[in-house]
Amino acid sequence: MTELLDRGPERADPASPPISPLADDRRERLARLGRFLRRRPGLVVSVLVIVFVLLSAFVPSLFAPGDPAFAVPAQKLRPPGSGHWLGTDYLGRDEWTRVVHGASLSLQATVIAVAVALFVGGLIGLLSGFAGGWVDEVLMRVVDVMLAIPPILMSLALITALGFGTVKVAIAVGVASVANFARVMRAETMRVRRTAYVEAARSVGTRWWVTLGRHVLPNAAGPVTVLAVLEFGLAILAVSSLSFLGYGAPPPAPEWGSLVAEGRNYLATSWWLCTMPGVAIAATVLSVNRVSRALDGEWERAR
Amino acid sequence: MSGPYLLRRLGFAVAVMWAAFTVSFVVLYLLPGDPVATMAAGSSDGEPVTAAQLDALRARYGLDQPLPVQYLHKLGAALHGDLGTSFATGQDVRGAIGDALPPTVQLALCGLLFAVVFGAVVALVATYTRSRWLSQLLMGLPSLAVSLPVFWVGLMLVQLFSFRLGLLPSVGARGVQSLILPAITLGLPPGALIAQVLAKSMTQALDEPYVTTARAKGVGPGAVHLHHALGNAVIPALTVFGYVVGNLLAGSVVVETVFTRPGLGRLTVTSVGVQDIPVVQGVVLFAASVFVLVNLLVDLLYPLLDPRIANAVPA
Repeated sequence: MTELLDRGPERADPASPPISPLADDRRERLARLGRFLRRRPGLVVSVLVIVFVLLSAFVPSLFAPGDPAFAVPAQKLRPPGSGHWLGTDYLGRDEWTRVVHGASLSLQATVIAVAVALFVGGLIGLLSGFAGGWVDEVLMRVVDVMLAIPPILMSLALITALGFGTVKVAIAVGVASVANFARVMRAETMRVRRTAYVEAARSVGTRWWVTLGRHVLPNAAGPVTVLAVLEFGLAILAVSSLSFLGYGAPPPAPEWGSLVAEGRNYLATSWWLCTMPGVAIAATVLSVNRVSRALDGEWERAR
Repeated sequence: MSGPYLLRRLGFAVAVMWAAFTVSFVVLYLLPGDPVATMAAGSSDGEPVTAAQLDALRARYGLDQPLPVQYLHKLGAALHGDLGTSFATGQDVRGAIGDALPPTVQLALCGLLFAVVFGAVVALVATYTRSRWLSQLLMGLPSLAVSLPVFWVGLMLVQLFSFRLGLLPSVGARGVQSLILPAITLGLPPGALIAQVLAKSMTQALDEPYVTTARAKGVGPGAVHLHHALGNAVIPALTVFGYVVGNLLAGSVVVETVFTRPGLGRLTVTSVGVQDIPVVQGVVLFAASVFVLVNLLVDLLYPLLDPRIANAVPA
């Protein structure tokens, strides 16, 4: 019985590689990964950027040992050069240190946003696709309405009610993108629900929540994961937009969006203050989007 | 155009509007947070506010009623076009939105124009050109454009065209010149979306048998591209139109802040800042109604563009 269930998803996907002895398989996969990456220098750079940003978020002192709030007024508004290689801001704080430390709050907000969207949206989609009938009908109408309100306005409405702060902005961004996750999860659940292994599980009397947790959820998770990575990029943009508008962490905490907002007043004279945090956002989003494209079938298609 | 098709679309539009009202009510009035306390603290210049004053304020705005009563009351008022009064200024919400609307509409139309022109040119040239690198460059442009933060693009444009080159004004809303940079900033992400969708449907259309037939008859490549392929490729691209227009409105929130322009976006930003719930709800409802209206128009346009939809028997 278990064997039948375990092989289900492999049978459903004719493109999966033939099963070979374990050691050979491993060496071949490594060689294939090498070939895959050699032909895609952009993807390698993207992965490196993401690793760098993640390290900055968790151990900022690795790249910028200074204190992001440490100000030397005598050295304010210095252009990029030796000593301050992204220059200094209007209080004489080192811009590089602030951008590196800003990764922490910005990424924290992004992770929370994606987690909220993934969990709530996934749950709605799973319930909707699995239950069907009037439950599906009601939930999908709610999702339709959420799609009719532009995400940033939805977030702003939530912020109005919740108040300001990094976590609240993150929740607002997450809730605003629940609808997309719900739709994809529903479509996947409905696809998996009709497969032979789910039917088999049902016919032997497996309880519905066991079927849901052990058979439907793992097999429906793929496209939702790709969406989550894609959403990660969108969430960075949304979070930094709201932080730019001034709804994020109160100063002097550095956040990428609020760093751009701070630099805005010195745009005419000190170009680096606006430019550099924006470059950090753009580079991260581009890298995340590139990786999400690689996850979305590029690996399977490349032979 | 068949009557049932029209009726079904209209019914759906009304249902979405009602639901949008309900969703925004749930979000704004059910979540924790005391707008009255915020409002009173802001207006009393630091003096402590008594509980009696708070109650009086609640009664004035109907916030002392049970929530279902508030909901029905507000829904009834909204049906008559009354969206309440602003907590912060005491102005009629409909009036406030009406006052803020003209500059935003102006900006959104210019942004839309830029988006359509940019999207169409990129998609058409990318699918027309024989040069591989030009096509790849153009196809890469949209995914770059959607990855850049809108507020940053705006500031970089100001940096370049206003401060470096001194060509265009940086902020404000005076004259046509001050509209160029905001329109480009606002139109870039939707333009990228249009380019992506249109390029995809153009590629599909160029593979169709009717294109081969036209070519075999001796129609020139330009005419095949613009007449035979584009005519069919436009229909899928229309689907994103409602989304694009709705998001132009949302984009104005950021763009109007960057360029310090008056309008609906600025109104939203200030209202969120002071927890002015009626105004925020009004803006959300307005955005939803624009989205619904544009989608309704697109749905009504489909049968005119594609006779197959008009003649289809409704399921």
